Amino acid sequence: MSWEAVIGLETHAQLRTQSKIFSGAATAFGAEPNRQACAVDIALPGVLPVLNREAVACAIKFGLAVGAAIAPRSIFARKNYFYPDLPKGYQISQFELPVVSGGGLTIRVGEQEKFVHLTRAHLEEDAGKSLHEDFHGKTGIDLNRAGTPLLEIVTEPDMCSSAEAVAYAKALHSLVTWIGICDGNMQEGSFRCDANVSVRRVGAPLGTRREIKNLNSFRFLQAAIDYEIQWQINEIEEGRKIQQATVLWNPDSGETRAMRSKEDAHDYRYFPDPDLLPLEIAPAWIDEVKASLPELPQAMKARLASDHGLSPYDAATLTATRATANYFEDCVAAAGRENAKTCANWVMGELSARLNREDLDFVAVPLAPTLLAGIVRRIADNTLSNKLAREVFDALWAGEGKDADAVIEARGLKQISDSGAIEALIDAVLAANPKSVEEFRAGKDKAFNALVGQVMKAAGGKANPRQVNDLLRRKLAG
Amino acid sequence: MINSSLKELSAALARKKTSAVELATLFLDRIEKLNPSLNAFVTTDREKALAMARVADASGKVGAGDTPLAGIPLAHKDIFMTSGWRTTCGSKMLSNFIAPYDATVVEKFKVAGMVTLGKLNMDEFAMGSSNETSFYGPVKNPWDTARVPGGSSGGSAAAVAARLAPAATGTDTGGSIRQPAALCGLTGLKPTYGVVSRYGMIAFASSLDQGGPMAKSAEDCALLLNTMAGFDPRDSTSLERPAEDYARDLEKPLQGLRIGLPKEFFGEGMDADVRAAVEAALAEYRKLGATMVEVNLPNSGLSVPAYYVIAPAEASSNLSRFDGVRYGHRAPDYADLDDMYSKSRAQGFGEEVKRRILIGTYVLSHGYYDAYYLQAQKIRRLIANDFVAAFKSCDVIMGPTAPSVAFRFGDKSADPVQMYLSDIYTIAVNLAGLPGMSIPCGFGNADMPVGLQIVGPWFGEAKMLNIAHRYQLVTDWHIRQPGGLP
Amino acid sequence: MSLTLDDVRRIARLARLDVSAAEVDTTRDQLNGILSFIEQLQSVDTTGIEPMAHAVDVVQRLRPDVATEPDRREAFQAIAPETEAGLYLVPKVIE
Repeated sequence: MSWEAVIGLETHAQLRTQSKIFSGAATAFGAEPNRQACAVDIALPGVLPVLNREAVACAIKFGLAVGAAIAPRSIFARKNYFYPDLPKGYQISQFELPVVSGGGLTIRVGEQEKFVHLTRAHLEEDAGKSLHEDFHGKTGIDLNRAGTPLLEIVTEPDMCSSAEAVAYAKALHSLVTWIGICDGNMQEGSFRCDANVSVRRVGAPLGTRREIKNLNSFRFLQAAIDYEIQWQINEIEEGRKIQQATVLWNPDSGETRAMRSKEDAHDYRYFPDPDLLPLEIAPAWIDEVKASLPELPQAMKARLASDHGLSPYDAATLTATRATANYFEDCVAAAGRENAKTCANWVMGELSARLNREDLDFVAVPLAPTLLAGIVRRIADNTLSNKLAREVFDALWAGEGKDADAVIEARGLKQISDSGAIEALIDAVLAANPKSVEEFRAGKDKAFNALVGQVMKAAGGKANPRQVNDLLRRKLAG
Repeated sequence: MINSSLKELSAALARKKTSAVELATLFLDRIEKLNPSLNAFVTTDREKALAMARVADASGKVGAGDTPLAGIPLAHKDIFMTSGWRTTCGSKMLSNFIAPYDATVVEKFKVAGMVTLGKLNMDEFAMGSSNETSFYGPVKNPWDTARVPGGSSGGSAAAVAARLAPAATGTDTGGSIRQPAALCGLTGLKPTYGVVSRYGMIAFASSLDQGGPMAKSAEDCALLLNTMAGFDPRDSTSLERPAEDYARDLEKPLQGLRIGLPKEFFGEGMDADVRAAVEAALAEYRKLGATMVEVNLPNSGLSVPAYYVIAPAEASSNLSRFDGVRYGHRAPDYADLDDMYSKSRAQGFGEEVKRRILIGTYVLSHGYYDAYYLQAQKIRRLIANDFVAAFKSCDVIMGPTAPSVAFRFGDKSADPVQMYLSDIYTIAVNLAGLPGMSIPCGFGNADMPVGLQIVGPWFGEAKMLNIAHRYQLVTDWHIRQPGGLP
Repeated sequence: MSLTLDDVRRIARLARLDVSAAEVDTTRDQLNGILSFIEQLQSVDTTGIEPMAHAVDVVQRLRPDVATEPDRREAFQAIAPETEAGLYLVPKVIE
């Protein structure tokens, strides 16, 4: 009998606020250690938390974006455990009544679409960082990150492969950056996943799960889940039982191992934080946030497909991130709606490839969408062949010329579309290649391509290929 | 001067009969002389105090209408963070802890121009009813140094009673202002929860803690509360209400006042001498025009056990930050991180604090939460509802503050539960978040002071102060001072 | 409900309080004394009663999202047991 995996993800998204969730310390990344850790963050005696309004607004935004319920009243609770990067000895989180519950995300793996249900999303504070570099064999604690607002987004155990988990994580990443509540910077830890993984024989009851903590890249997420699934199957097949555990992924060894510091994990002694009162969210506030929400990726995908006749795949690719979508929409606006398909091809093709090669993304494209639109327009009016267009693209990318027309002018790249001029070229080629003409007439199609090649060569590559084709056929037929 | 009311001191300062420096010196000298036998102060700093006094004298605040307390000295319970001053909370854990910021209460008194004399001894982390749990040794009751001053604000009570300070701050989680005020013959007020900011007040049980004034008279308390109270954006539980003049109704006659007497407060458990003094006080109130109404607080008997679930639970979590990492005591020797935590905390905390942390940890732990913590919170609701019902038929509730006069050192320290029962009349008030006060109402056994407790409805402070003040106009218990002291 | 010595050790471990072998018996007895006192709460019927977590019935106030706190690292670390390069030092953490 075969095995199946059951996977649920818990994602911590750092919310994009100026100040921390319960204090007025700044949240900017990269400050010197403990310079952004105020009295509240380092938990001096006597200090008290006060909730940041913007963090709540971010949670509402997220809830609306995933079609979840926003709790009219939610409660902050203390999660008690000792750890040096947790200054109060408890984390302020939400337990029984989270701010967001339900909702979900549609993911796509290959041609399959799947809806991943969310259990809940709750507000909480981040911990500090433990630095294990050698300080005479000790650990250094930096509390700058302590108190940074997090939204912990928890799924139902709806996924059954690492590919689905990664697809979900990517869709979620895209969504939280799309609606602007998280910068999505995984290297800086702004978006990190914990994966709950269990395995079972197909159709059997749920197995015991192990939680892989702190996966901060899609690649690690994939590799860790794959490893964990295989490890659990091996354990069971060798007659051992899976013990519930919290594990860490070691990317160097490619293995997971149990965390020692989570021994007390079963007894966090949650209770309502007496320093914080119930959070009430009025319907008017939800309406206000709703009005401020941008068009969401699902809606935009559908609109792009219907407005521009794009395939579902193209529409999905173009709405992978809000920056990509914005770029595409700006490009179409400048190039004209009738050229949307060409814009899509260039955005997904040449431009994406170039960004990839140069390790850039759509947030900082060196080529303005209006410039790409200029190229597209010159393709549409037959001024540029695709080949010439790529040359213009390269020139503009390199910063040469103020727009496509300037590059065409400066480099003399204008396509020859004058039929008289092309006919003259053809006549000359036909006269010079009687053998090829003969072969073509004898039924050898290859000879036609050779003649086209000769004409294009004579035109220095600038003749409109379609016109060359049409005119050549007419001449040979006549 | 040492017996003067705050109003008299304020007038003397305004008329330049004295100065802030002179007053500070007077009390500092007294502290120097008497504190060794009373142990009311944990920390004094003549230089800092005199510097504040000089600032007050030069500030133009003295004698100004909006800063009537400017130039008058006071002392803070050592639970309040006091920037630049050692702040110990009565614990070894914080024996070297210099506070890097001011509690809101401390800041407010500073802005008002009051002069800090020093930091007052207290039960460790405010956990105690006799001041015997302080790491810095017990405070002695100035009326009889063989007896306890009450707790946890025992240092505050002893200091004011012995005239080492004209006034003091205290905090009250289950009776910690009212019970020592009663045992030392003072007036002490625990305001409605949320009226005084908790920012910078080291937390014991966050949902119960409330700071308040301790002084000789209700009038003094009203003036102190005017400065101490007020909305604080740094405390989520601080209430946004318009500022109040708590002295506005002091002189109002009490004609028609309905005093509720819960039969639960007058049953067994109260010593006969306390009962006699309280009943005499009620007779006085009748003379002042009040009528007595019998009320019921049927669940008040559950207040002590409910409190000893809720308060330790919150405390166990509040005290987790004392881990030897960022401040406070760190054990000199340890094997690893967990050992460092466990040893630092075991060495830094005293027995009572450890007991309460363990109880609190247990009642919150997996499988026990519903049976203990949640059940206690439900009973807390029942207790609060009792008061709401009672206040439908009365304006204030009266009864004893403590079941007995000050007891001798060691009398109750062996049995934690016996000690907990010292707060049997005060704890329900904290659970309900109501204002409560204690005023001196006579003397009982061994000529020790007895306190009358006045409990008001939410935000009833001005009314309670009025009720206390009218009584103090016709009695002199509040101006008696311990004999045997210079 | 009465605690065993193992219960006491488990709770002490959760609370990170070192309870020595010499103290553990007394601690258990004292805790059991308090617990048996608290036990009377169990007999009260609280069906349908809303738990009361706060003394006052108000809702959470929200703070505007503004960074207001200055860097006070030097002052805060002046009272720390051990620091280096701006970090708080603790015995090696094993994750």
